[in-house]
Amino acid sequence: MNITMTLIGQSITFLAFVWFCWKFVWPPLLTVMREREQKIADGLRDAERAHKDLQLAQRKATDELIAAKTKAAEIIDGANKRASQIVDEAKQAAHDEGDRLKIAAKAEIQQEVNRAKEQLRKRVAALSVAGAEKILAVNIDAKAHNDLIHKLAAEL
Amino acid sequence: MAGEAQTVTGYIQHHLQNLVYGKLPAGYTREDGTLLSDGTWTIAQSSQEAADMGFWALHLDTLGWSIGLGLVFCLLFARAARRASSVVPTGFQSFVELIVDFIDRIVKDTFPYRNTMVAPMALTIFVWVFLMNFMDLIPVDWLPLAAAQISGNEHAFFKVVPTTDPNATLGMALAVFILMIFFSIKEKGLLGWIKELTLHPFHSGKWYVDIFLIPFNFLLEAVSLIAKPVSLGLRLFGNLYAGEMIFILIAIVFGTGVLGFIGASLMHMGWAIFHILVITLQAFVFMVLSVVYMSMAHDREEEHKHDQ
Repeated sequence: MNITMTLIGQSITFLAFVWFCWKFVWPPLLTVMREREQKIADGLRDAERAHKDLQLAQRKATDELIAAKTKAAEIIDGANKRASQIVDEAKQAAHDEGDRLKIAAKAEIQQEVNRAKEQLRKRVAALSVAGAEKILAVNIDAKAHNDLIHKLAAEL
Repeated sequence: MAGEAQTVTGYIQHHLQNLVYGKLPAGYTREDGTLLSDGTWTIAQSSQEAADMGFWALHLDTLGWSIGLGLVFCLLFARAARRASSVVPTGFQSFVELIVDFIDRIVKDTFPYRNTMVAPMALTIFVWVFLMNFMDLIPVDWLPLAAAQISGNEHAFFKVVPTTDPNATLGMALAVFILMIFFSIKEKGLLGWIKELTLHPFHSGKWYVDIFLIPFNFLLEAVSLIAKPVSLGLRLFGNLYAGEMIFILIAIVFGTGVLGFIGASLMHMGWAIFHILVITLQAFVFMVLSVVYMSMAHDREEEHKHDQ
């Protein structure tokens, strides 16, 4: 119970421990704790932001999906229309082509007939002249009777 | 109980005597009858011898336990600090961080100035004083008997609770006092500190009046200044000493028959549970008051108020 040198010894010990704690214990512990606090704060903020981003992305995805569906429907519609149009056009073209071919064929036939007629006429004329020559036994002056022959040929 | 022959008074006195190492003067008759021919440094064999050693003696048990427990604190916390990482804390690290965070919050609330030493000081005080107080919960006879067995001396003194030694508590209070004065002078300058002691609380603003107020002011301020470390040290000492005393008294009841044994067991348990609160509270009070005193040392508010 006496006051002795122990008092001074205890004071020195106290200051030594305080110094040790001040230099080697407190700063690293507090640094680590502050770092962790910062990390947690950052993590929470990031989570908050991620949550918002997610919501935004979901909304955007829904919008995109709806837009895509609408667009697909439009495209299909357009394609259907175009297909029927093409079919109609093809039908029309085929029809026209058929008509054209028919007309051309008719024209050719007519031409063929005419040419055959012409030929026939010429042959008939020649035959007529030859017959007449034989009948008259004279040479028909081609010049003199040309008109007659032509008249005959035209009659045939 | 340490033997049949021992009286109750002797038992109590034995428990309240520190293990003292000091110098006995020449011509001193020791407890066992030997006469010292010249001054000897030795371990006191009785309370009388310890008292006769005067101021220049060391309480080996007080210093040993306090330094030992302080080292336990430093090594455990330094280890936690070295291994600390900012990832998820586990086990001991989270326990340490809990205490550090608790201290940090209290210091931030009571100490609004910039001084990186105050918070570590508060941590040291809290944990160290708590550990020293905690020794009070170890049954009063265990460690002294173990020490007697090891040393081979049946009458070896051994006090295991450093905070029941006024030297320890007042020693710590003295260190806090030194820090207070140091920071007062550092923050306010020597002149500022002297002004604080002499021109406050009575201050008129006229120098010829102030001169006559200086002695009164100084007397008041000096008393309040000295009262701080004294009350700080004695509060802790008184609480722990009383607690230790009651443990010793309960320990005596253990030897008084079956009924006494059962009664003492219940009393011991009750007092020990209550004492858990006391030791924590006293460690906390010592820490908070130290921080408050540091805060007062840094405080310049008083000066400015009176300058206006």
